[in-house]
Amino acid sequence: MYSYDYLWLIPFFPLLGAIINGFLGKKIKSEKVIGGLGTLAIAGSFAVSCFYFFQLLNDPQKVHQQVIGSWMSVGRLQVDWGFLLDPLSALMILIVSGVGSLIHLYSIGYMHGEEGFYRFFSYLNLFCFSMLMLVLGNNALVMFIGWEGVGLCSYLLIGYYFHKKSAGDAAKKAFVVNRVGDFGFLLGLFLLFWTLGSDHGVWTLNFVEIAANAHLLGAGSAVVTIVTLCFFIGATGKSAQIPLYTWLPDAMEGPTPVSALIHAATMVTAGVYMIGRMNVLFFMAPSTMMVVAIVGAATALFAATIGLAQNDIKRVLAYSTVSQLGYMFLAMGVGAFTAGIFHLMTHAFFKACLFLGSGSVIHAMHHGLHHAHSHDDPQDMRNMGGLRKKMPITYITFLVSAIAIAGIPGFSAFFSKDEILWFAFASPQGSPWLWAVGACAAGLTAFYMFRLVHMTFHGAQRTAAKARDHIHESPLVITIPLMVLGLLAVVGGYVGIPHVIGNALGHIPNYLDNFLHPVFGATQAQAHGAASTEVSLMVVSVALAVIGILLASWMYLWQPELPGKFVANFKGAYRTIHNKWYVDEIYDAMFINPTKRLGTFLWKGFDVQVIDGIVNGTGKVINAFSKGLRFTQSGFVHNYAMTMVVGMVVIVAFFLFR
Amino acid sequence: MIDHLLSFMTFAPMLGLLVLLFLPKENGGLLKGFTLVVTLVTFFISLPLAFDNRFKGTADMLYAEFSPWISIGNYFQMNYSIGVDGISLWLVLLTTFIMPIAVLSTWNAVEKHTKGFMALLLLLETAMLGAFVSLDLFLFYIFWELMLIPMYFLIGIWGGKNRIYAAVKFFIYTAVGSLLMLVAIIYVYYYAISSGIDMSGFSITQFHQMAIPAEVQTWLFLAFAFSFAIKVPMFPLHTWLPDAHTEAPTAGSVILAAILLKMGTYGYVRFAIPLFPDATQQFIPFLALLCVIGIIYGSLVAMMQEDVKKLVAYSSVAHLGFVMLGVFALNLEGLSGGLLQMINHGISTGALFLIVGFLYERRHTRMISDFGGLAKQMPVFATIFMIVTFSSIGLPGTNGFVGEFLALLGAFQSELRWFAVVATSGVIFAAVYMLWMFQRVMFGELKNPANQKLKDLSAREVVVMLPLLVFVFWIGVYPNVFFEKMSPSLEQLIQQVKVRQAVAMEIAPELQADGAAAEIEAGSGEEGLALEAAEGGAEAEATPTTPADLPTPSPQGAGN
Repeated sequence: MYSYDYLWLIPFFPLLGAIINGFLGKKIKSEKVIGGLGTLAIAGSFAVSCFYFFQLLNDPQKVHQQVIGSWMSVGRLQVDWGFLLDPLSALMILIVSGVGSLIHLYSIGYMHGEEGFYRFFSYLNLFCFSMLMLVLGNNALVMFIGWEGVGLCSYLLIGYYFHKKSAGDAAKKAFVVNRVGDFGFLLGLFLLFWTLGSDHGVWTLNFVEIAANAHLLGAGSAVVTIVTLCFFIGATGKSAQIPLYTWLPDAMEGPTPVSALIHAATMVTAGVYMIGRMNVLFFMAPSTMMVVAIVGAATALFAATIGLAQNDIKRVLAYSTVSQLGYMFLAMGVGAFTAGIFHLMTHAFFKACLFLGSGSVIHAMHHGLHHAHSHDDPQDMRNMGGLRKKMPITYITFLVSAIAIAGIPGFSAFFSKDEILWFAFASPQGSPWLWAVGACAAGLTAFYMFRLVHMTFHGAQRTAAKARDHIHESPLVITIPLMVLGLLAVVGGYVGIPHVIGNALGHIPNYLDNFLHPVFGATQAQAHGAASTEVSLMVVSVALAVIGILLASWMYLWQPELPGKFVANFKGAYRTIHNKWYVDEIYDAMFINPTKRLGTFLWKGFDVQVIDGIVNGTGKVINAFSKGLRFTQSGFVHNYAMTMVVGMVVIVAFFLFR
Repeated sequence: MIDHLLSFMTFAPMLGLLVLLFLPKENGGLLKGFTLVVTLVTFFISLPLAFDNRFKGTADMLYAEFSPWISIGNYFQMNYSIGVDGISLWLVLLTTFIMPIAVLSTWNAVEKHTKGFMALLLLLETAMLGAFVSLDLFLFYIFWELMLIPMYFLIGIWGGKNRIYAAVKFFIYTAVGSLLMLVAIIYVYYYAISSGIDMSGFSITQFHQMAIPAEVQTWLFLAFAFSFAIKVPMFPLHTWLPDAHTEAPTAGSVILAAILLKMGTYGYVRFAIPLFPDATQQFIPFLALLCVIGIIYGSLVAMMQEDVKKLVAYSSVAHLGFVMLGVFALNLEGLSGGLLQMINHGISTGALFLIVGFLYERRHTRMISDFGGLAKQMPVFATIFMIVTFSSIGLPGTNGFVGEFLALLGAFQSELRWFAVVATSGVIFAAVYMLWMFQRVMFGELKNPANQKLKDLSAREVVVMLPLLVFVFWIGVYPNVFFEKMSPSLEQLIQQVKVRQAVAMEIAPELQADGAAAEIEAGSGEEGLALEAAEGGAEAEATPTTPADLPTPSPQGAGN
């Protein structure tokens, strides 16, 4: 028998790191100690995660729970501080702590000399703690504590440069938009708890028990549809899907390692993980699944179009993230849970590598521009170009990841993306339309990624002449994580080789599929289609990617004057895309400004005028009435005598004439 | 001493007050120090309550004391009857816990008439504790009114520019409600006597077991509910609160928010609901509607405030909406959540007012636009402010989440489902107004030269905040300590309400024809089961007024 008694260590290490750096960091001062401590904390989690991961591989029993104690115990609501280790969470902790460790290491170099270095590492550790709680929680409420905890850390880290108004705005926007999603999450939780409890006598929020009893709700019933839709609203907030994606591009205000860790590799995939965790419920709600698939596909395409016309290197990557998350939801929506999680994993590798690579570029640009006393934007790709020779390691790792995300065969995302596209086409919930949208987005992805590569690394150097000479490759502490992630971006896909290729090459199993089988085995959709169809679809999507790459090379490398001409001819279209389809402006006009106006009206119009008007009015009326009465008490005898006479006359008259 | 623990606790501040009167009025430090000691002693006297495990197992009043007090023949009798159960336990402790903190907050803030200020604080503490432990409705009323006076002077003398208006508004608002309640109290008492019940004073426990016909309940409930609604405050009776909070000195605001507002919510749980269960059922949809309006309305108005203190005041309206919604759910989850949220609001909003006080002491302004970028200048302050902000928003892991979650969950499980759905949107608004304020005060560039010289928190100020922060996380992570001691009393309350409805149906079915109890019967299976269980419980309990023993009250019964 295997023991899983020390699962709690996995989130505990980063929590400890966060506390130590948070309270003592200011006194410690030494960046090496602070950074080392933070990195060690998450590396500790990684070590424990690895241990349990491999233990689970050999363990015939695949689901383990560890309860530490009771959190809330009120009547029928019994919630524990408990952890759940199954193949899904085992894979997730490996990704979170593994990529997390690399990014911590990278941050030591990237954040060097920044004010509040200790604060950064404390937040980063706290984030890892929350994220690990999210994926390890054995019930929906512990998941929610992580869910909100990562939101908090995201808020803190986006707002890290809090003296900038844009950073403060972005942080607030991220938290509030996420809260809109949380509203859905909570409602789903209430409805699920109440329905399972009052109708079926199962009062629980525990995932294992929910999965075991979900059938009581009835497949396709209204309740299960509403519950899953509510949870999906939560997912759209956290994972930046239409209509709640707008916070993610703004979140690039945070330091680049934060963008890599939180806004690419881990936190934003929480929504995908959540659907995976509740796959039994979603499986029972085909209508919800359809919504998930459509939203995912739409987001994948929509965000990719915006990515075409951004000039900020990080913004391109941000929209790319939104788009790639769309693919994951597309996968979940067509019932290809394994493929969704597979893409989550490969995306964590190549997108973290891309973000960290862009960070390395920005770091170098910043350094160069600083030396030249230039005020050019170090993140604007129009100021870059030809960096290939200056930063060879960054260039190669970046290029490799770009090839991966474009979906070129042999690289990681080829396997995961094509798995998704195949299911989008051939799963019972799939349709050729979903496939077509996904394939188009794949072409666009290849285009904008290579536009980025060319504008940054190839072609003429557009950096101010003085600054050029000061641009050089980043130190090892930055390039080592790049190399590791770049390697993973290439080979990470081989754990999940599609059956059609595996069979062609000689019975190579899909390891990931087998590993996740205990979790998704019962709910995973089966794709129905001939191997020849699968292969030809694969060829089409690869062709689209190659066309995208060639187009980008043609426009941005071989004929650099073309984009300018293009923009001049299609001004309206370009402006719309460049301004992100004006979605932020529409939201402002539709939601934010009316709410503010309503608030002002309720305050100045209703509270002050109406309610206090009545309150003060009552006081004034009584006051005026008393003032009037005061005249009767004049103190003059003749007035009183007059009153008596009038009174007497009235009384006598009353008795006489009644 | 253990026999009279509650009396000692309640009157310890009063004793301190007597000594205080003989201290020299010039020595502000001595006066403050002495008051601090008195409130700390009171806190330590109350501490055994927190560790008394009997609360886990019984709904009875513990530490009960009884002695006849005023009696005028058969017409009027009231007793000095006090005790504490799971419902009042944590509110009593909250009071004794907050008072030393409030006193500490005056250290640099109160310079004039220190003696008077301290005397009023001590008087206020006795009044508040008395109100929470009273088991005689008339005694409760005396303490309830006694609270008004010190608060009136605290605002009126030590307040800001508009203090007179605010003090008078506070007084009249509350007094109007109180007088209606007084009429209702007297009516209930004589109704009981004329029904032939052998009342031992205005005994609350006896009142709880009385069955008042539904039609009589309506008006009495409205009188109580109105009075408590002003105190809570519930929309639309809340407009005294922003003025009172803005004008009151920091200590006054802290006590007002942390404890005085809880008198209203406590009043519902202790009196209005168990005394008049049928009327409660009848009015719950209406009251829940007011809660939901309060949550949304309070949030929206808070969002647009330009004065930090007013913003916090309006946020209280929203928070107490959650509390009351949980209470009106009338199930264990909702009531526990509501009761815990009362404590949470005391801690979080109390802390927020302290924070506003720190700012005001330094800059003599509370306008949001006067600040910006303080995080750079005051990092310790920024950290504490942020923790409190997120506790107020209800972030999981902090106290606010547990209370809010349970209150909403409870409401969702009751007939108030749709109210709960709308109320849940309050979690979005809370983030909007709190974070927007936080951003404008703490983030951005440190432009204003007056802000560039601000000093970070002093050791005393950190000490003031620390205990509150401990509870923010404690309640957030391990709230069971609190729940397990309130559960028995709350369960009894729920049962009482159900039994009383059942009793009322037995003895006066014709009155119930269109009453709310009929709705219960028609409710879902779950409720039907609960009702059966409650009936069974009533028989087993064998109280002196089981259904059979109850005199059938004549509709004219109260007329003589």
